[in-house]
Amino acid sequence: MSDVRGIGASAERSALATIRRGLSLTPEFRKGLAGTLALAVVATAGKVIVPIAVQQTIDTGLKDSTPDVGYVTRAVLLCAAAVVLTALAGYVMNVRLYKATESSLATLRVRGFRHVHDLSVLTQNTERRGALVSRVTNDVDQISTFMQWGGLMIIVSLGQLLVASVLMLFYSWQLTLLVWACFLPLMIALPRFQRWLSGAYTSVRERTGDMLAAVSESVVGAAVIRAYAAERRTAERVDKAVDANKAAQTRAQTIVGFVFPLTEIVAALAISGIVLLGVRLGLSGDITAGRLVAFLFLVTLFVSPLQTATEVLNEAQNAVAGWRRVLGVLDTPPDVADPGADGVELPRGPISVAFEGVHFAYPGGPPVLREVTAVIPPRSRVAVVGETGSGKTTFAKLLTRLMDPVSGRVTVDGHDLRGVRFSSLRERIVMVPQDGFLFDGTLEDNIRYGRPAATREEIELAMTELGLADWVDGLPAGLATPVGQRGESLSAGERQLVALARAYLADPDLLLLDEATSAVDPATEVRLARALEGVTRGRTAISIAHRLSTAENADEVLVFDGGRLVQRGPHDELVRQEDGVYAALHASWVSAARS
Amino acid sequence: MRQGMRVLGVAIRAEKAVFASAVLSSALYGGMTVGSAWALGWATEHVVLPAFSTGSATAGALWTGVLLIMGAALLKSIGVAGRRILAGLMQYRMQARSRREVTKQYLRLPLAWHHRHPTGQLLSNASSDAEAAWAPLAPLPMAVGVIVMLVTAAVAMVLTDPALALVGFLIFPAIAVLNLVYQRRLSPLATRAQQLRAEVSEIAHESFDGALVVKTLGREELETDRFRRRAEELRDANIAVGRVRGLFDPMLEALPTLGVLAVLGVGAARLASGSIDPGDLVQVAYLFTLLSFPIRALGWVLAELPRSVVGWERVRAVLEASGSMEYGRTAPPATSEPARLETSGVSYSYGTGPEAAAVVHDVSFGVEPGRTVALVGPTGSGKSTLVQLLVRLVDPADGRVLLDGVDLRELPYGAVAESVALVPQQTFLFDDTVRGNITLGLSISDEDVWAALRLAQADGFVARLESGLDTKVGERGATLSGGQRQRLALARAVARRPRLLILDDATSSVDPQVESRILHGLRDTAAASSVVVVAYRLATIALADEVVYLDRGRVVDHGTHDELLARCDGYRNLVTAYEREEAERAALSAEEEEAAARGAAGPGAADREAAERAAVAAAEEEGINA
Repeated sequence: MSDVRGIGASAERSALATIRRGLSLTPEFRKGLAGTLALAVVATAGKVIVPIAVQQTIDTGLKDSTPDVGYVTRAVLLCAAAVVLTALAGYVMNVRLYKATESSLATLRVRGFRHVHDLSVLTQNTERRGALVSRVTNDVDQISTFMQWGGLMIIVSLGQLLVASVLMLFYSWQLTLLVWACFLPLMIALPRFQRWLSGAYTSVRERTGDMLAAVSESVVGAAVIRAYAAERRTAERVDKAVDANKAAQTRAQTIVGFVFPLTEIVAALAISGIVLLGVRLGLSGDITAGRLVAFLFLVTLFVSPLQTATEVLNEAQNAVAGWRRVLGVLDTPPDVADPGADGVELPRGPISVAFEGVHFAYPGGPPVLREVTAVIPPRSRVAVVGETGSGKTTFAKLLTRLMDPVSGRVTVDGHDLRGVRFSSLRERIVMVPQDGFLFDGTLEDNIRYGRPAATREEIELAMTELGLADWVDGLPAGLATPVGQRGESLSAGERQLVALARAYLADPDLLLLDEATSAVDPATEVRLARALEGVTRGRTAISIAHRLSTAENADEVLVFDGGRLVQRGPHDELVRQEDGVYAALHASWVSAARS
Repeated sequence: MRQGMRVLGVAIRAEKAVFASAVLSSALYGGMTVGSAWALGWATEHVVLPAFSTGSATAGALWTGVLLIMGAALLKSIGVAGRRILAGLMQYRMQARSRREVTKQYLRLPLAWHHRHPTGQLLSNASSDAEAAWAPLAPLPMAVGVIVMLVTAAVAMVLTDPALALVGFLIFPAIAVLNLVYQRRLSPLATRAQQLRAEVSEIAHESFDGALVVKTLGREELETDRFRRRAEELRDANIAVGRVRGLFDPMLEALPTLGVLAVLGVGAARLASGSIDPGDLVQVAYLFTLLSFPIRALGWVLAELPRSVVGWERVRAVLEASGSMEYGRTAPPATSEPARLETSGVSYSYGTGPEAAAVVHDVSFGVEPGRTVALVGPTGSGKSTLVQLLVRLVDPADGRVLLDGVDLRELPYGAVAESVALVPQQTFLFDDTVRGNITLGLSISDEDVWAALRLAQADGFVARLESGLDTKVGERGATLSGGQRQRLALARAVARRPRLLILDDATSSVDPQVESRILHGLRDTAAASSVVVVAYRLATIALADEVVYLDRGRVVDHGTHDELLARCDGYRNLVTAYEREEAERAALSAEEEEAAARGAAGPGAADREAAERAAVAAAEEEGINA
C-alpha cells in the first residue's frame, strides 16, 4: 500500500456518471421514483391549461358577435377542476420527493461519515478536518437542495417545453418553427454560460474555504494571538480572505445577472415574430385568432424553464460537485482495510508481536522505517526509545495497524495484522496517543468510551486501580465533571489521565502508550507507571517514552535511530555498550536530570 | 416577521446606495413587466384582432407593436440585470461586513470570553450564521420590485376594467395571505432543521477530530450510531419542512391560474355586455400569467426571514458581547534590560458563582531582572492559568500582576507582548510560512529568524524542508511532528528577544537530548531576559535560580531548589519521583543479584556490578540533594 491516495473528488467522472453513481448509492431515492415522476408530469400538465382556456374562449366563446358566456363558463369551470387536480398531484409529488430525497441523503450522510472513519489516518490527514466535515454536511445539503428543487425543475422544465411544443404544433407548425428558431441558439449557448459560471463558482468555493480557515485561526489561536499582540495582523489576514471571498461571489453573481435576462429578450423576439408572422398566416386563413393569442401565452412557458435553467444548472453544478466530493470519500478505498468476516478472530490472552523486515515510508517521502525485525514475546514490557524522527511513533502506528507497512509484515500471535478482524484487533490492542483527545461530555462518559458496557462501579474501580481516585474526588463534580469540547476544561496532563483510564478500562491484552503521560507531573507519572505495572501484569505492554526511567524498568528496550532498530535488549546490557546509541541517550538523560 | 424586518432594516441602512439602486432597477423590472403585458394587449387589440376581423393589417401598426414589445423587454432586462447584480452585491457586502466585525470581536474579546464559548459555535457564528442573517437580501429588491409591479398592475387593471380588476383584487391579496400562513407554518420547522444541521455538523467535527481515539479503540460503529441518530432527526425535520412546502407551493401556483380562468369567465360576460374589448381581456389575462411567478419573491423573502433572524441574533450576540480588556496609558520603560515581574495576592477562577472553585488562589511571588524562576506543581495545580495571568491573557479576580512595577492593566495595548513572550503548552501555528509564523508580521531579518531557530534547535529540520523558511505550515502542516511544532513556537518567542520569557511546559514533546541543548542555549543567551518556566524535569528546574512550588492553586513554598528539597515534602516528592523510583529499583535488583550471586557461589562480576550500582544510586541521591 505504498501509494496512499488522498481523498479525491472523482473529478475524472462526468457529471451524468456522477449522478448515476450517486443515485445507485441511494436506493431509497430510486424506489417509487416512477410514481413521483408521473405525478410531476400531471402537475406540469397544469401549465398548459391557461393557453388552452384562452384559445377556447377566443375561438369558440367569442366566435360570434355575441359571446357564448355559457360555453366560456363551462370551459373555465372544467379548467379550474383540472387546476385543482394538478395542484393536488403537485402536493403528493412534493411530499414523496421530500421523503425519498431526505431518507436517501440521510443514508448517504451516514455512509460517508462511517467511511471517513474507515479511511486510514494517513488518508484522513490529506484533508483539512473542515473539508472532511463538509463532505457529510454541506455537500450533502447541496445535493438535497438540488434534488428537491433543481432536479425537479429539470424534469418539470423539460416536460413543460415538450407539452408546450406539442400543443404549438397542433395549433401551427410554422409558428412552432419560428419559436424554436428563436430559442434554440439560447439553448445551445446555455452550456457555455454554465461553464463560465462553474469556473466562477469554483473560485467562490475556494475563497470560502480560505475565509473559513482564516476566521478559525482567530478562534483556535486566541491565546497565542493575544500573547503576541498579533490581533491586527490576524485581522488583516481575515479581512483579506473575507474580501477575496466577496469579490469571487460578486463576480459569479455578475455573470448570472447578465445571462439571466437574455431569455426575456429572446422571448420578446419570439413574440414579435409571432405577431408579424401570425398576422400574415391569419390573413391567408392558416391560423385562428385564438390560436395566435394562445401562442403568446405558450411562449411564456418557454421563458421560465430557460430563465431558471441558469440557476438550475448552477445548482446542478453544485450538486454534482457535492456529489463528487461525497463519492470521492466513498470511492476512496480504505487503504488500511478491515478484512471483516474473512479475518482472523484472535483468542484472548497474552499477545506476542513480530515485525518481519518491516519497511515504511510516507507517500513520496523518504523511508522512515527500514528493515525492522523484532519479536516481542507475550507478557513482556517493552520500552521504545530514540530521538525525534527515529521512527518510534511509526513503529507504534504499524503495530496498531493505523498504517500498513510498505513491505514486510507485522504479525500478532503469528497472524499477519492485515488478516485480523478490526473488531478483534481493536479489542485486544489499544494505543493511548500522546494527545489526550476527549469528547464533549462528563469525565465518566469519556472513560466509559473505552468500554461502553462498563458500570459506574467498574469505572470507579479502574480509577482506584490506577491511583487516580484522589484526583477524581478533587474535581468539582467528581466523575460527573464536564470536560468541555475536546476536553478543553481540563489541563493537558489531566486529559492524558482520562485518556489512559479510558484505554485501561478497555481491558486490552496489549497496551501501547505513545508518550501518553508526557504532560503529567513526575509524581503522578511514577504512581501511574507503578499502578499500570501492577494491573497489566501478565499482559504485553509497550511504551514509547522520552523519559528513560521507563526504559530502565522495561524487560527489553528497542532503540531506534534513523528509522532502524539499532539496539535491543535490557537496559543494563544496552547501557554497557558504550559506543551504542542507547548509552548516549542515557548519558544525556542522566546529565539532564542531574544538572 | 417584525424582527425579520428589523434585520433587513439594518442592512438597508448600512448599504443605502446599493439598496436604492437595486430597488430602482427592480422597480424598472416591475413596471416593465406590466408594460410588456400592456404592449401585448395593445398588439392584440390594434394589430392581431383587427387583422382577423378586417382581413388586412397596416405595416405601421405591426411595427409599432413589435417596437413596444421589444422596448418593454429591453428595459425589463436591464432592470433584471441591475436588480440581480446589485442585490448580490448588497448581500455579499453585508456578509463580508458581519464576518469582519465578528472576527474583530473574537480578536478583541478577552480570552476568558473565549473560554466560555465552544470553538464550533464561534466558527459557525462567523460562517453560516453570517450567511443566514443576510440571505433574504438576495430576493429583497425583487420583492420590492414586485410590490411596484402589483401597484402598477392594479392601476392598469382598474383603468382597463373595474370588474376584471376586482378579480385581481381578490386573487392577489389571497396569494399574499396564503404566503403569510405559509411563512408562519414554515418558520419554526425551518429553524429546527437549521439547529439540527448545526448539531450534525458538530458531531462530525468532534468525531473526525478524535479520529485517532475512535480508531485505536475501534469505536467506529458507536460513533456512526451517534451520528446516525442526529442525521435521522435532521431527515425528519427536513421532511416536515417539505410537507409544508409541498402543500403551499402548488397552492401558490394554482391561485394565479385560477385567477386567469376567473378573468376569462368574468371577461366573457363583460364582453357580452360590451364593457371591454377582447384586447383588454388578453392584456389582463397576460398580466396574471406574468405576475404568477415573480409574486412568489415575496414568499422567498419571508421564507428566509426566520433563518435570517436566528442568524442575525447569533451574530449580534457576538457583536454585543462586552467584557473587553481595557488598556492603560502608562508607557513601559524604554529599555532592553531584563524585566522584573511581581504578583501579589493573585486569584482567578473559571466561571462564576459559588460552584466556581478558585484555580489560582492568593499567589504572590517575584522574578528579579535576569533571574529564572521555575513554577513547579502537580498536574492541575493551576500553573497554566497562572501563566495566562502573567501575560495578561486573563485578568485576576483579585490581586495584581506587576511588570517593572506597573500593573499590567495600566499598560497600553501591545506593551506586554513587546516585553514578554509566552510559549504556551498547546502549540498553535498559523496557516502561514515558517517565516510568517516566527515573525508574525514584525520585521525580523532572516538572519535573526535563523538564529532563533538555531536556539530552538529547529534550524536543522527547517533547513531540510523543501522551501525552507517559505514552507507553509499550520492547518495543512500535519507533516511536522509535535516536537517540531513546539520548537517553531519556541523560536517565535525567542526571535522577539523578550525581556521576560515564559515557557509553559514548552518542551514536553521534545526529546530530552534536544531539550537539554535548547535549555543550555537559552541559559547562555537568556542573560538578556528574565525567565519563568513551568517544568517537571529536573534539568529544567536546575536552570532556575528560584522555584515556586504550587499545589491546588496556592503557593506552598518558594526558595531555591535545594531549600525546597530540604523543607517541602510535596516538592521533594514531585521532583525526585523518578530518581527515588530508580534508586529503589536499583536497590531491589542489587538485592536480587546479590542473592543470585550468593546462590551461584563466590564473588564475581555480578557482585561487583551490584556494588557499583548501589554506589551510583547513592551518588545520585547525593547529587539531587547537593
